[in-house]
Amino acid sequence: MSARRRLSLGQRLVIAAPYLWIAAFFLAPMLLVAKISVSQSVLARPPYRPIFQFSDSLAELWAKALDFTLDSYRALVSDTLYLESYLSSLTIAAVATLITLIVAFPFALAMARAPERLRPILIGLAVAPFWTSFLIRVYAWIALLKDEGLINNALMAVGLISAPLQMYATPGAVVVGIVYSYLPFMLLPIYAALERQDESLREAAADLGASPAQVFLRVTLPLSRESVIAGSLLVFIPAVGEFVIPDLLGGSETLMIGRTLWNDFFSNHDWPAASAAAIALVALLMVPLLLWERARLKEEGGR
Amino acid sequence: MSAAASFARRATLLAGFVFLYAPIVILAAMSFNASRLVSVWGGFSTKWYAALLDNEQLLQSAKISLAAAFVSATIATLLGLLAAVALARFGGFRTRLLFFGAVHAPLVLPEVVLGLALLTCFVALGVGRGFVTLVIGHVTLTMCFTTVAILAALRDCDPTLEEAAMDLGATPPEAFLRVALPRIAPAIVTAFLLAFTLSLDDLVIASFATGPGATTLPMRIYSQVRLGVSPQINAISTLLLALVAVALGLAAAVSYWRGRRK
Amino acid sequence: MNAPLLSINNVSKKFGAVVALENVSLHVGAGEFFALLGPSGCGKTTLMRCIAGFESPDAGAIALNGADLSGVPPFRRPVNMMFQSYALFPHLDVFENIAFGLRRQGEAKDAIDARVDELLAMTQLSNHGRRRIDELSGGQKQRVALARALAPRPKMLLLDEPLGALDRKLREETQFQLKEIQRLTQTSFVIVTHDQDEALALADRIAVMRAGRVEQVAGPMEIYDRPATRFVAGFVGETNFIEGRVERNAARGPGAALVSELGRIPCEPGDLPEGAQATLSVRPERIGVAREGDGIAGFVENFVFRGETTLLRVRVAENVVLRAAAGHGERYAIGDSVRLSFPPGAGTLLKDGPSA
Repeated sequence: MSARRRLSLGQRLVIAAPYLWIAAFFLAPMLLVAKISVSQSVLARPPYRPIFQFSDSLAELWAKALDFTLDSYRALVSDTLYLESYLSSLTIAAVATLITLIVAFPFALAMARAPERLRPILIGLAVAPFWTSFLIRVYAWIALLKDEGLINNALMAVGLISAPLQMYATPGAVVVGIVYSYLPFMLLPIYAALERQDESLREAAADLGASPAQVFLRVTLPLSRESVIAGSLLVFIPAVGEFVIPDLLGGSETLMIGRTLWNDFFSNHDWPAASAAAIALVALLMVPLLLWERARLKEEGGR
Repeated sequence: MSAAASFARRATLLAGFVFLYAPIVILAAMSFNASRLVSVWGGFSTKWYAALLDNEQLLQSAKISLAAAFVSATIATLLGLLAAVALARFGGFRTRLLFFGAVHAPLVLPEVVLGLALLTCFVALGVGRGFVTLVIGHVTLTMCFTTVAILAALRDCDPTLEEAAMDLGATPPEAFLRVALPRIAPAIVTAFLLAFTLSLDDLVIASFATGPGATTLPMRIYSQVRLGVSPQINAISTLLLALVAVALGLAAAVSYWRGRRK
Repeated sequence: MNAPLLSINNVSKKFGAVVALENVSLHVGAGEFFALLGPSGCGKTTLMRCIAGFESPDAGAIALNGADLSGVPPFRRPVNMMFQSYALFPHLDVFENIAFGLRRQGEAKDAIDARVDELLAMTQLSNHGRRRIDELSGGQKQRVALARALAPRPKMLLLDEPLGALDRKLREETQFQLKEIQRLTQTSFVIVTHDQDEALALADRIAVMRAGRVEQVAGPMEIYDRPATRFVAGFVGETNFIEGRVERNAARGPGAALVSELGRIPCEPGDLPEGAQATLSVRPERIGVAREGDGIAGFVENFVFRGETTLLRVRVAENVVLRAAAGHGERYAIGDSVRLSFPPGAGTLLKDGPSA
């Protein structure tokens, strides 16, 4: 197995279609966004002044390359709206990820310790909502969280509160929405890791004098560490860039970057600003992924 | 296991499933509420379902969404199959890392970023937006999911089976079609269904990629939902939930039946 | 041997920095049962995959019936392989698994049916044609894999650890079946194995491999009785190594001998010069064990009952323990004093130093 080799003609034909599709509709558009992010904003359609044009001669290209502007990136740093959006996105995503973990771990543990023939049914039921519409699942929470919604009504009916709690249109509602929508992403890896764990390891620990709590802390938990990290990334990363949940549950006060970006693009028609925000967001999300990958490689190299 | 642990396990499971299913069940129940208000039960009624049938716009959008989901899922499954074969069976070819990264990137890319990139691309190329650009957007979004699903199955499928077929005189394409394909067929079906549901459900990419002529069902639902809870939306949501429930029930029954036969 | 069916000439293969095969040359005759024997990682599987066409050598050539095989893909080689994992197609039944190769050759339906039935009978699977693969026992799967590889009438059959997945009892029975089928079909069998007993029991000739090189090619008896290197002596069967110096003249005793710290041990010096450092390899069962008489004195440190023999560990010097086999019925206890004797020709003198 040499590390790099040439592909046969047949193999090239197989790879050509997906490769071309990705190049045309993913790589090229991403490069275009990077390019627009260093263009100047103008109120025309398309609402940016192109820096490069296909017909440019080389000399002109060079002149224009010098002409490019980092205005949009400067605005990202100086404009408090963007800074606040990024910070608030990271905070909300982090809190939501933590709560998802707290909800998912005991749930996954209870499923992994259930009788073996029940397990496929339980995990199937737990993942089934994932196949239904995301939009509808988020929408369902509006009716629950509103001032005149079911939760407030129920609480007032039993006399726990006298006036409705404001839950809808708060960052808290966004957190609930994220926890609810992304629960399967946390549940699946943790369940898989717990279910795979050899029961004799726990028996051995108990045999050596560990109490049930110690067995959990010293054996079960350390052995599921990787799945917890994987699940947390699977929740955190999409949550940071989330648009639908903050838009439907967060009210106008809750800032999140996905939403700010959307507004800049559709309402303000400031494409360079939106593009710069997008590129910055991608760079931001690469950080945890690269850290994870590095830790994984280190662990593999250590073996 | 002790009685206390067993009780704690059951209580956790109950709480978990209530959290997962209560919002959906309540939504479905409200769609049969004669009253417009969430908090008032005005008696059982199917009038919101009847009203759906008169809502031409909504029905039209549903048709567009179903068509886009079918076409894009078909293309995404084919492309995903080819990409998975390349990644699982071609060894370390020279641009593998770039290919691997580009195929998987949309998995972690925020939808707003992908949508924005697609729209700027369409505008730069001067392509009019509509059904075709919608399908292109959804294929790009869902192809990474189909690739991952099929790749996992291909990795589980022992490559020595294909070697054995070649040893017995089958050419490489023949070995793949006769030996690997029957084994990964369930994963291909799953990949298609995954792409279909993702496309049917997508709001963000569609908002960027489509044009005025091809408004999708999630876009219609979204624009109504922003104005608040609407009984008609409850009704169509319940229909969509029921559709998925029936499909999942069938899939579970088929796998149970196949497991029994073994 | 007439012109060999398979000739491997100076084949080398590297995986990155790892040398899998280094200048390997071998010849296998038509109808021969040949074994590639060696520990895991010695390159025997790589060599087999080169013959089947799944790997291509970096250098050297492989020819079948005189025709060069380089560049010929696996599906065009008249060589079939029985995989270690059997690689039976789980979605096809027994009959269709066996028919797979025949269908690829585009044979007529009647011919295929006849050939498959013939193989089912040969492998005692006649009533199992329509069984699914996951309904078969380990031994049955092994026989389906064999039948499937034989069905297209290959010029040569490659068997990768064919008995590895079977339990001990079944293994012996299957050894006889394999030999019988090889005799009936007159096909060349090349078997890859790490199990010396398997190689000795089955093969007409054995190539012992180590770290990508061939150490010795010979018949089973010669490999066992006259190992060419210290590695072969140690890998095939049990042995004792005694180091010393060659003494050719008979001045101090009758015939040639090896002078070691245990004394003079008579042996055949071959072409080793007077005074050369050498190692004597002596199988435990070739050492005579007696309670008294001539020979090297020692005491029994430990013993293992082996059924037909009892293997003794006898300490003969402060840092030397020899293994010797006592015959059936002779009983020894720990601490017993014994005398070990070396009949003429009991051992083989090897010239490579102790480090090799």
